Amino acid sequence: MSMAGTIGAIVTVVFFVIFVAIVLWAWSGRRKKDFDAAANLPFEEEDTPSRIPHKHD
Amino acid sequence: METTTYNYKVIRQFAIMTIVWGIVGMLVGVIIASQLIWPELNFGVPWLSYGRLRPLHTNAVIFAFGGTALFATSYYIVQRTCQVRLYAEKLAAFTFWGWQAVIVAAAITLPLGYTTSHEYAELEWPIDILITLVWVAYAVVFFGTIIKRRTKYIYVSNWFFGAYILTIAILHIVNSAEIPVSMTKSYYVYSGVQDAMVQWWYGHNAVGFFLTTAFLGMMYYFIPKQAGRPIFSYRLSVVHFWSLNFIYMWAGPHHLQYTVLPDWTQSLGMVFSLMLLAPSWGGMMNGIMTLSGAWHKLRTDPILKFLVTALSFYGMSTFEGPMMSIKTVNALSHYTEWTIGHVHSGALGWVAMITIGSMYYLIPRLFGREEMYSVKLITLHFWVATIGVVFYIAAMWIAGVAQGLMWRASNPDGTLTYSFAQVLNAMYPFYTIRLLGGLMFFSGMLIMAYNVWRTVSAGRIVEAQIPQAVHA
Repeated sequence: MSMAGTIGAIVTVVFFVIFVAIVLWAWSGRRKKDFDAAANLPFEEEDTPSRIPHKHD
Repeated sequence: METTTYNYKVIRQFAIMTIVWGIVGMLVGVIIASQLIWPELNFGVPWLSYGRLRPLHTNAVIFAFGGTALFATSYYIVQRTCQVRLYAEKLAAFTFWGWQAVIVAAAITLPLGYTTSHEYAELEWPIDILITLVWVAYAVVFFGTIIKRRTKYIYVSNWFFGAYILTIAILHIVNSAEIPVSMTKSYYVYSGVQDAMVQWWYGHNAVGFFLTTAFLGMMYYFIPKQAGRPIFSYRLSVVHFWSLNFIYMWAGPHHLQYTVLPDWTQSLGMVFSLMLLAPSWGGMMNGIMTLSGAWHKLRTDPILKFLVTALSFYGMSTFEGPMMSIKTVNALSHYTEWTIGHVHSGALGWVAMITIGSMYYLIPRLFGREEMYSVKLITLHFWVATIGVVFYIAAMWIAGVAQGLMWRASNPDGTLTYSFAQVLNAMYPFYTIRLLGGLMFFSGMLIMAYNVWRTVSAGRIVEAQIPQAVHA
């Protein structure tokens, strides 16, 4: 096998392993709580424009 | 006290200019579409010739309209999801004035005929340097804001915006490696097939990271907000992000099928383009499924209609793109109007529609209003724009396939069946339908401008408070 072919094969395997690792990481149970918190970031604050809160509330 | 409010000023400036540049860029598009039907419309003036106005159109819609919209939305989203005021506000102001200066410089130099002749990178070297300065300032403002965030997590939109800012910097610098010979002329350091490969590595990643990744950042914020529910699957968004970025980088060679580019490189570009279908559709489904349980909102909410229709066009064009990268399909489609149809399915259907929906969400909030002046006008805009896109891309599909088939048709003795002029002649009805579609999309922007003007003139300048209680 040519040098370029060998490198190509290695890169393909490495990329595939990284992809599988990312999927496993994303779907691991431990990430669930963090991801839920991150997914709710846009909803953590009121952004109706006309409501300007008072200074002391 | 300065840290108790968000910086809305720079967002307001960018948001208003988004509408202005949208109208300008699409007007130039309408003019050049007309010139293809009535060539006399350049009035014999070199500045108005098709070859000079066409790069003006592409630069105006991509970098002026799209770019300005991205500045507005990324500054809004990064502040609100990091719950801090923008970092380095003077630099943020510089990005606004600097970017507007780039656009004005483009609008002057392109009609004058100054060009590097590299598609989507036509601007000459002094403007390239200004773009670099603005972009570095943008990166400092954006990443600085993320670093000083008060939230624990970095919301997925900011990951997409971050990847876009970083990649565009690399693309722009590598593809602007030029040796200046005067203020208005430079030569590329690359030549021959290397030049072509660098150019389309740049060109396709401009599509991938400027027109896709960045606008997905918009999608991941404004669709959940407008639908009132978090993204369908945050996990899927993470996988979407990494696989999209990994794969897009390698798809460029599909622009050079059947050229002198080495065969293996062409095949590599094709394979990676085909793989792109998976993350693209994963992202599309993620956005659309966010509406599950809230589908009824689509009936009444024209902003949501814009956002979800944009996603549908994203799905369509990311299916069409991989298909067109297949060598045998490419042999038929390349250099024909089909490519123009594909680009506009992405540019009008996806990029412009997600931008328009986001702007209708943003503008009332930036000017202290509950909603836009007229929701009915948003609905009207939606239908005019959607029917316009359908006219446009359907006409270009038929024209492109007909063109490809006529070009390749040959007689038994090996001569071509149709002359170039005969094929061109067959295009006229489709050019006319395309102009109609383009005019509809353009008039939608005018409806939007009126609606925005009425909203802003009845609104006021607001300074939104940063919430004091931090939820980690």
